[in-house]
Amino acid sequence: METDTQTEIRSAMDIVTARQRGRALALELGFNGADVTLIAAAISEVARNIVDHAKKGEISMSSVNSSISGGRRGIQIIARDEGPGIRDVAQAMQYGYSTRKGLGVGLPGAKWLMDEFEIASEIGRGTTVTMKKWKR
Amino acid sequence: MKKKPEFKIQNITHPSAPLADYNDPLLRELVAHLRQNRTQLREEWARRITDAQLLTAMTKEEIFSEATSVYDNYVEVLETGSVEALQAYARNLSERIIPRGVETHEVVGIVLLLRDVLARSLFKKYQGEPELLNRVLDAYEPAANRIANTVAVSFVQERERVIRQQQEAIRELSTPVLQVRERLLILPIIGVIDAQRARQLTEQLLRGIRGNRAKVVVVDITGVPTIDQLVANHLVKTVEASRLMGASVIITGLSAEIAQTLVTIGVDLSKMNAVGDLQGGIEEAELLLGYKVISTAEPAAGTGTKESKS
Amino acid sequence: MQVPILKQGGYLIASIQSVLSDADLVQLRDNLGERVGTFRSRGVIIDVTVLDVIDSFATRTLRGIAHMLKLRGAETVIVGIQPDVAFAMVQLGLTLEGVGTALDLEEGLAYLDLRTKRTPVNGN
Repeated sequence: METDTQTEIRSAMDIVTARQRGRALALELGFNGADVTLIAAAISEVARNIVDHAKKGEISMSSVNSSISGGRRGIQIIARDEGPGIRDVAQAMQYGYSTRKGLGVGLPGAKWLMDEFEIASEIGRGTTVTMKKWKR
Repeated sequence: MKKKPEFKIQNITHPSAPLADYNDPLLRELVAHLRQNRTQLREEWARRITDAQLLTAMTKEEIFSEATSVYDNYVEVLETGSVEALQAYARNLSERIIPRGVETHEVVGIVLLLRDVLARSLFKKYQGEPELLNRVLDAYEPAANRIANTVAVSFVQERERVIRQQQEAIRELSTPVLQVRERLLILPIIGVIDAQRARQLTEQLLRGIRGNRAKVVVVDITGVPTIDQLVANHLVKTVEASRLMGASVIITGLSAEIAQTLVTIGVDLSKMNAVGDLQGGIEEAELLLGYKVISTAEPAAGTGTKESKS
Repeated sequence: MQVPILKQGGYLIASIQSVLSDADLVQLRDNLGERVGTFRSRGVIIDVTVLDVIDSFATRTLRGIAHMLKLRGAETVIVGIQPDVAFAMVQLGLTLEGVGTALDLEEGLAYLDLRTKRTPVNGN
């Protein structure tokens, strides 16, 4: 689909780029203002997670159709990095838990903003976060 | 841009996945046949629609004009193998006819009629050659089914969308954000709050704060029978979001049951400014806004700044 | 992009003009810290009306700025947080605790007037 976009995340500057692309895509898909902002905020948090913990990664975004609930449309955001990985995912997903800096808000916060959120991490290989939000 | 494999998987399971080979010479012959007999088949179809008493909400002319578009789109799908244009047209058509009360069975009915009209014309054309007829039908059937499916699904989806939209509109109407005086808003909530309504209330309130330049908001939940944890937390978030915009929230009308529930489920009430009833809430709000509240029965000189009338 | 800082009486007004990078925010913090000292300002308004997202980093930095300025003797108020942005912030659990907020510039000035009012010890 022409709506697919991919953004390399190498520095804090790229967070802004990813967020703006996500916002544009969400608007194009017909999300309302409040949801567009939630999506942009979630992208901001996962992108920041890459910058803070993995240095380098990428975020791809695309439209997605739900196989259930009558083919509702939504947005899918996949954040991949080849960082050190997360040793204890359950712990990392606890609100307020932070390894180094920050409020420990990022990933659990992003989860609250989206409808679906999956995280897969392997030590030494990296982390992939897949999240979706459906149109209301 | 890389293609992501998960989308391919999705396409295969989707009802609009390719079922026939559109380079099939038989299909091409079929398309040519349908083009040649366009006028006659289209009229035949419109007549059958009227006979079957479908689309009674529409005039004959309208039926004929829509039938023409559907017919052309239909042939195009057979020719190109792509249902996208048909899908878009079906959505657009649904959007126009749903408000006029056209039902799902009518839409499915007319598509099945077209399928029948075309199949009959194929029978007629190839009746002398049963072998060829079979092969033509083999090529035609899956494509026709897929077209019927696409149109019906588009219609149902559009209907669901309309229903969702109407539900939202009703909800929005059910809770007005009232401006009682400059800088002061009241949000009286009546009825059960579920997660979706809670969210809508928040959005409405936050926009109301900006739109009315409100400084204080009184949220009255006297008319709310019960509150669960999700909604309670949402309420807390609404209070916090209002503060981020520079407005204070006063909650009024918390029943004993609800208050007990909030304590039991451990909602953080430290940020909630709760006042017994709506009147008390408005008085508290006016204090925050710097107005003096005086009882109408007494002369204006009193020492107390806050007195209740009742 | 640098954030312009205006001096308005005893206050400073930092009016964010466009989307900010992390570096811009840090720069803003340093500039405000310096100017508050130079002008002996009693209050600072940070206008975030144009920000379309305030994420955890931005919240942390804004809070840090407010706390740092407090130690330098100035009260900070954040003005112009948009409805959708406020909603996303609380969904993320971000609340800007201990930092003043107001609807817009006008309200921000009123807030600072109230907070920085000094009552003389004897009489009026």
